Amino acid sequence: MTTLPQNTGKKLGLVIDLDTCVGCHACVISCKEWNTSNYGAPLSDMDAYGESPEGTFLNRVHTFEAKLADKPAQIVHFPKSCLHCEDAPCVTVCPTGASYKRVEDGIVLVNEDNCIGCGLCAWACPYGAREMDAAAGVMKKCTLCVDRIYNENIPEKDREPACVRSCPAGARHFGDFADPDSNVSLLSAARDGLELMPELGTRPVNRYLPPRLKDDITDSSSIDILAPLLDPMPETASGFLGWLDKALEKF
Amino acid sequence: MHPAPSVIIFTALSGLGFGLLTWLGFGFPEVSGATAFAMFFVAFALAAGGLLASTFHLGNPQRALKAFSQWRSSWLSREAVLAVASLGVMGLYAIGLIFLNSTWQLLGGIGGALSITTVFSTSMIYAQMKTVPRWRMPLTPVLFLTYALGGGALLAGQVLTASLLLLALSVLQLISWKLGDRRFAQAGSTIETATGLGFLGRVRLLEKPHSGSNYLMREMVHVVGRKHALKLRGIALLTLGIIPAALLLVLPFNHIIAVAAVASHLLGLFAARWLFFAEAEHVVGLYYDQRRVG
Repeated sequence: MTTLPQNTGKKLGLVIDLDTCVGCHACVISCKEWNTSNYGAPLSDMDAYGESPEGTFLNRVHTFEAKLADKPAQIVHFPKSCLHCEDAPCVTVCPTGASYKRVEDGIVLVNEDNCIGCGLCAWACPYGAREMDAAAGVMKKCTLCVDRIYNENIPEKDREPACVRSCPAGARHFGDFADPDSNVSLLSAARDGLELMPELGTRPVNRYLPPRLKDDITDSSSIDILAPLLDPMPETASGFLGWLDKALEKF
Repeated sequence: MHPAPSVIIFTALSGLGFGLLTWLGFGFPEVSGATAFAMFFVAFALAAGGLLASTFHLGNPQRALKAFSQWRSSWLSREAVLAVASLGVMGLYAIGLIFLNSTWQLLGGIGGALSITTVFSTSMIYAQMKTVPRWRMPLTPVLFLTYALGGGALLAGQVLTASLLLLALSVLQLISWKLGDRRFAQAGSTIETATGLGFLGRVRLLEKPHSGSNYLMREMVHVVGRKHALKLRGIALLTLGIIPAALLLVLPFNHIIAVAAVASHLLGLFAARWLFFAEAEHVVGLYYDQRRVG
């Protein structure tokens, strides 16, 4: 059924720290690796070794530059994947019931056996989180690594999404937003986690922690901590050095 | 949005076909025997041919039957159910008219109503998209319905009704272009709301996430030149309503005139439908910092 659940038990999702992300794309690669060899159809590449290679990815890192007038520009690496929206428009448009939002944990998934590859869900998603696989003809999207997080065959520390597990900067966090005391809820509350395109009313679960403002180098006094210590020595020395200076001048 | 030929052909032809079926269902014109056969043949060829074209853009068309299951929530599913119901009911009605020389008026009425409702659900597939502000307005279903009824009346040989509807359609099309041009700005999504980075100032894309293209960019980030679009709008406006109406109202009616009017309308219909997709901007383009260029 492609109607959305009134309430989900858990609200599993990600917190992505834009202040910490270094834009290394490790999450992109580990996502591709895990999801091409596990749940559902593999994430195919087209013309992989040719002139215009492209492929299916569930997670992509954009890099933006933001600039206020008269301030230095700030670079922000911006990983983007499914936000597992509470009011997910991609689910309700699906004609076959292949797209659904799980009642137990809120993960938005595609049952590929039912997907006819019409692409309407990708049209309905404002975030570009869904990509049609060119080889399989079915819609692919982030599963929040549903085949890792509950997987008792792998060590407990690996039971989180591949992107979170692989992030070398610790910029990605996984948890339950329905629990106010979870790591993700606390992080999001402490750092005013951002919702993407709130005006569209999709109520995304994932949150982005805003980057901290850069120091302003145009006002030099605010960053010049060492300069006062480097002031020239007074012309006349005092104490032992003063005595030495005077004593030496006698000769 | 990418103006995919399969989707343009599907919405244009099936709209015309269901429009014609609507008129036939309500008995305009009252036909029987061979004339009825010809009329219903055209209507079914357009409606069913359009539906067939729509399956060409599916990744897995062999599972298309599953699309009939989600009519409670999905407009696309409703469209599929209504289309088959319309064709079924109108098929029975046609059998009565063609072979039994009997007019089952109730059946025709039901079939006609189902046909026009099919067009409505097609239009709602687009009008429901919050991600494409140009489509998301009440005028979208009105426009689709007027296209179907106007074009249908033209095919059904309702000279005066068709002329008036096609002139009204031209006005509606012009208004929806004008209103549509402002919709993206009105909807309020910007690269700043898309990234949440507005508090850091003006945002621009510094680096794409990948060196090549991808499905999203090909499907949803279609950039069309404004000059090119304006020219096409002019052609569409002239040919879809003004020329057909002038032909029908001014010249003495005969079959050659009718064929010319239909040909002109088809040209306008396809041009306008191409623009409907090509000019529609999807908000995901904001993440790629690509807006329509002048």
